[in-house]
Parts: sequence; structure tokens; C-alpha cells
Amino acid sequence: MNAPQTPHTLHFMPSAGFRARAKDVVDNPFLRQSFRGAMDFLMTKRAAQFPDAEELESLRTLGESIRQYNLAKLPDLLEQLEANLVRNGIQVHWAETPDEANEIILGICKHHEAKLMVKGKSMVSEEIELNHAAEAAGIGALESDMGEYIVQLAGEKPSHIIMPAIHKTKQEIAQLFADKVEGVDYTDNVDALIQIGRNVLRQKFLEADIGLSGVNFAVAETGTLCLVENEGNGRMCTTAPPVHIAITGIEKIVEKLEHVPPLLSLLTRSATGQNISTYFNMISSPRKPGEKDGPSEVHLVLLDNGRSQAYADEQLRKTLQCIRCGACMNHCPVYTRIGGHAYGTTYPGPIGKIISPHMLGLEATSGLVTASSLCGACGEVCPVKIPIPELLMRLREEAFSKPHDHPAMVGQGAGYSGLISAVWRGWAFVYRSPALYRLTSWLGSRFRWLMPSRQGAWTSVRVPLKPAPKRLRDMLKERG
Amino acid sequence: MSARDRILGKLKQKMPSTVALAPDVASWYATHRIAESGADKAQRFRHFIELAHAEVYAVSRGGWLQKLYEVLAAKQIGKLLVSPGTPHGQRAASELPALGIACPAYDAPIESWKEAMFHDTPAGFTRARGAIAETGTLILWPDADEPRLMSLVPPVHIVLLDAANIYNTFYEAMQAEGWSNGLPTNALLISGPSKTADIQQTLAYGAHGPKELVVLMIEENLQ
Repeated sequence: MNAPQTPHTLHFMPSAGFRARAKDVVDNPFLRQSFRGAMDFLMTKRAAQFPDAEELESLRTLGESIRQYNLAKLPDLLEQLEANLVRNGIQVHWAETPDEANEIILGICKHHEAKLMVKGKSMVSEEIELNHAAEAAGIGALESDMGEYIVQLAGEKPSHIIMPAIHKTKQEIAQLFADKVEGVDYTDNVDALIQIGRNVLRQKFLEADIGLSGVNFAVAETGTLCLVENEGNGRMCTTAPPVHIAITGIEKIVEKLEHVPPLLSLLTRSATGQNISTYFNMISSPRKPGEKDGPSEVHLVLLDNGRSQAYADEQLRKTLQCIRCGACMNHCPVYTRIGGHAYGTTYPGPIGKIISPHMLGLEATSGLVTASSLCGACGEVCPVKIPIPELLMRLREEAFSKPHDHPAMVGQGAGYSGLISAVWRGWAFVYRSPALYRLTSWLGSRFRWLMPSRQGAWTSVRVPLKPAPKRLRDMLKERG
Repeated sequence: MSARDRILGKLKQKMPSTVALAPDVASWYATHRIAESGADKAQRFRHFIELAHAEVYAVSRGGWLQKLYEVLAAKQIGKLLVSPGTPHGQRAASELPALGIACPAYDAPIESWKEAMFHDTPAGFTRARGAIAETGTLILWPDADEPRLMSLVPPVHIVLLDAANIYNTFYEAMQAEGWSNGLPTNALLISGPSKTADIQQTLAYGAHGPKELVVLMIEENLQ
């Protein structure tokens, strides 16, 4: 079997150009309104699920300890998971890079001469740009989560990890369906739109050769893949086609089944404000002899793609605690204003800012780590207590410090500027010496008229900065 | 060296030397979740699954078939997919056809009748292994007799639940039944009909799975 030629990993938007894209969204009142409304809705729903502050806090502490315990044993658990999955009849594959993962998945597709792959919601499949790779290999890859189906029809990418089409109004979706789905007239009735999607996709579940899904938790002790969803498309993708391929990042592992209930509760309550999702689907083997349905082959692809880099550093390892609930973006003042597409990365928002540098390198993402007011909301709502603001500070340090020989990350020092560094060193020098500080502030108040009237980004929306004519020190002296 | 060895090698090199303390899940549930009486659990289960848009009917061990018939008649459903290898499936298949409801049996691998399953099966009837009060959740362990697609593809899913098998929490259910000793091909938690809020946060039912979920709950001898 020849390995399929996959194109070099595509990024749907250049990671540079973040500022320009952010500005476009900020200038668009409709998008602003979409995101503001959606985030308010999700924040309110989450808050209603956690009426008891003590319960929330203790459950978050438990969730954090479960994730940290499992990460501490990660390599051992990966081996245990693999052994138990193989014992159960599930085939396990390992991929260091997105290209390797695509090659594995498309290899399985080709082996089965597959024409159509239906996909349940999987952010890891977005991360590896599987749809592009499948298309290039002549295999149809169809998204079946309603939100993902909508953004795929529109030729876009998800703008939120939980609600992919959150940036679209129902009128836009109505027009999209009328334009792109055969035999459909314009309707902006949401029930009718969902039924249109249902009917199209039912036929595809029936026809598909391959079902692809993500994984929310992989349980090492039992060899079980767990999936969380509301629509039933995840169950369709993992049950109706003859072959099921699951893909996950190497960090999503728990040792024990009993670790699942607390994480599941934190996940659905934090993500969409549901006490539980409609379906929780636990898959432990392919179809057994005598069983009448289910795939006869199940595969799991374990993807690294930079996660082992985060793992190598005690502080950065906390990034991998994430259970992908999206609460950090729902509560982020930056995400709410610029939306998911502006980031240009698969994972937007606060979690995207701290995980993407490991996947793409700091060269491409040094701007992202600065796009935070460090208000702390993301860290406060994180169900597994990832100290996101602290990690952002650390990544800023990594991105903007002078390049050195033992970097913890690819692209360390990518944002380093000798001039800026010299300015800060000068600032620190002046502030360490009382005499120099007094002299500098005196000069500042005397020569305030020398301040330029254009001060870059500051004066684009504000009046120019000018030192006060009298220093605080002088005013206090006058008062005696 | 394979990708597997490279990934495991990188991780093992950086594995923390001190082992983190095992999380105490049991004591969290002991201090944060109450144990309720059977009747209270049944009531709480019903409350939450009804909030999620399921229909729940209290039935007796002898009388559930009558309610099943009434539900089907009210929804004008003339065909019910049943499992021939289960007592409840056999009972439905032996009594419903006389009342005008056809009961095809799921007795052959799906490959031989996939089209009919997707296009001509308006309702499916299964049992639930148990339920969870805290979240209004049904527990299903599909098997050779009651396969996985029965509770997924037909637009109406009707479930027979014995309320004596309701647990307070998911954690309690898996501990009491020793799930970690071995799970079936597929274990499911179902908490309502299929739904989505992917279009402008507007909730719509019947996304890809059943549009309606009906629970016939046997409430007899609850402790």
C-alpha cells in the first residue's frame, strides 16, 4: 500500500495578520453582536449550573487533581491504554505530526477503498486539517455535527470549539442552505433548517464507508473511548459505518473509569451549562461475534503535535490538563470582541493562545500571547484550574526574551527585539537609582513639549500622552 | 524508531519523578451527593429527563404493554422495532400485532437491511439497564439482542425502565455494578431526545438521533 501524498499542513488563515483580522471583526457590529449575545448566553447557562460556590470549587479541585495525576503517569498510561485497546480488538496508531496522522487515516481509508467518510465533531481532526488531506486524496470528508456541517458548507472553519457556527445568524444559514443544498427553499425557521440538515446527513450515515470521531476521555484500565455529544451524529459516525477511526491528542487519558464522572460533570456544565449532554458514548471494542451492528474495525490515532513539548516543562505541562470545554473563551473579553476566526489557529481564545504555540511554534504565534488583558477570567472559570494567565506570562517571556541555547519551546525568542529590550533595560536602570529617577522625571516635566503628537497605536483613539507640568513630588513639596 | 517509541521516549524522559497523589473521587461523592430513597430517585430522574424533553409514564410490571400501545396509537405509529431475544421484546411482538401494530424483529445483521432501518423504521423499543437520578439519564448496554442502532436511528425511541435500578449518580452506578471490571462493546448514557443549539443558540430537537424519547417507568416496590 502506497502512503498517500498529503499536502503540507495547511493553516486556514496565516497566523500572522492577527491584528488586521481582529480589527476587521471589531469594526463589524453584526459579528460583535453575534459573539456578545452568544457569550452572554453561555456564561448565564454555566452560572446556573453552579449555584453552590463550595461545590464548584471542590469539584474543580478534584478535576485538577485527576488531570494532574494522570498527566504525571502519562507515558505509562498510554502503554496501558494501548495494551487494553489492543486486547479489546481496537487498533492503535501513533502520529508525531499532523502529516503522519493524515497518512495513517487516509491509509485506512484507501485500504477499504473508501469514498465517503462522515465525521463527528473532532477538533483534533481540524488541527491536522484532515478535510484538506482527504480531499486531496479523493476521499469525501463530510462534517455531520450541525454547526460543523454549516461551516463546511460555507467553506469556513469553526469559530468556537463547542459551537462552531456561533458567528453565523440564522438568516445567513438559511441563505446558505438555499444556495448550497439541492431542492431547498429559503427558510429561517430553525427547526426546519435542522430537519434539512438531518435529512441530508441521514443518507450519508447510511452510505458512508468510514466514520471518524474525536475522543473526550480515553480510559486506560478498561480500554474505552468516551464521546460527549447532544446531536447523535457522534453515535451515528461510530456505529453506522463499517469502520470507525477515532483520533485524539495523547493527553486525553485517564487511568481509571472512576475519573470520568467528575470530569464529565465539569465538562458539560462548564461548556454549555447542561447538567449532562444528551449522549455519553463509551466504546470498548469493535463488533463482537453475534452482535448485529457496529463497526467491524475500530482504530485509534494518538497524536502528539507539540504536546510532548508542553509536557517536558513542569509549568507548561498544565496546558495539557485541558478538557476542551471552551469556558475560557466564553468568558474572555478579547474572544468576545474578536471572535474565533481572528486568531487564525484551530483552537481560539485563551486555551488557543497557550496550546497553539506548542503546535505551531512561537514564530507564528508570538502575537497571540500578547492578546490578553490578563483579567484572569479564564483562569477563574477553568474547570480543571489551568493557570492560564500565568501561562500567558510565561509564554510572553519565552517569545520575547533573547534567544538562548536551551529553549523550552520551538521559536523561543521569536519576538525578541534588541531595541525594545534596550529600552526596558534603560527603564530598569533609571528606576533603580533614586537620583537618576528624580533627574529623569524633572527633565520630563521640563521638556514635555517635546512629546510627539502622534504616538502610534495610543493616539489612534486617544489624545497624546504628555508628562504633567508638575511632578507629584513637586506638588507635595508645595503643600508642605 | 517508530513514532510510538519517539513519543513515549520524549514523555518518559520528562516524567515527573514524584508520583502525584491519587485523586479521592469516592470521598468527594460521599461528601457532596446525598443518598436518596427509591421514590425520591425516581422523582428526580423524572424531573430532569422531562426537562430534557423526554416523556415519562409510570407503569406497572403487568400493565406497561397497554401504555406502550397507547403511546404508539397517540403518535400514530404503526410499526415498532423490537428485539426477539428479550422478554419485553417477545411480549410486545406477541401482543401488539393484534392491536394493529407491526413488530419487525431486529434479528439479522444491519448490512442486510440498513436501508429499511434508516428509511422505514419509525420507532424502536428497548430496555434500559438502569438510570441516574442526578442528571435524568438512562443507562443502556446494547448487546446482541438489543443492538446499538435500535436506540439511535428510529425517530421515536421507547424505553422500558425499572425504577428500582435508578442510582443517585453516574459514579454510584459504575461503582455498584463494577463497570471497571469490564465494559461491553458500547455503553451509553442517554439523557433526552437528540438535540442541537448550533443555529443561533436556538434549541431544536431531533438533530440526528431520535426526535422523541419515551420512558415507561415501572414504579413498583421502591425502597
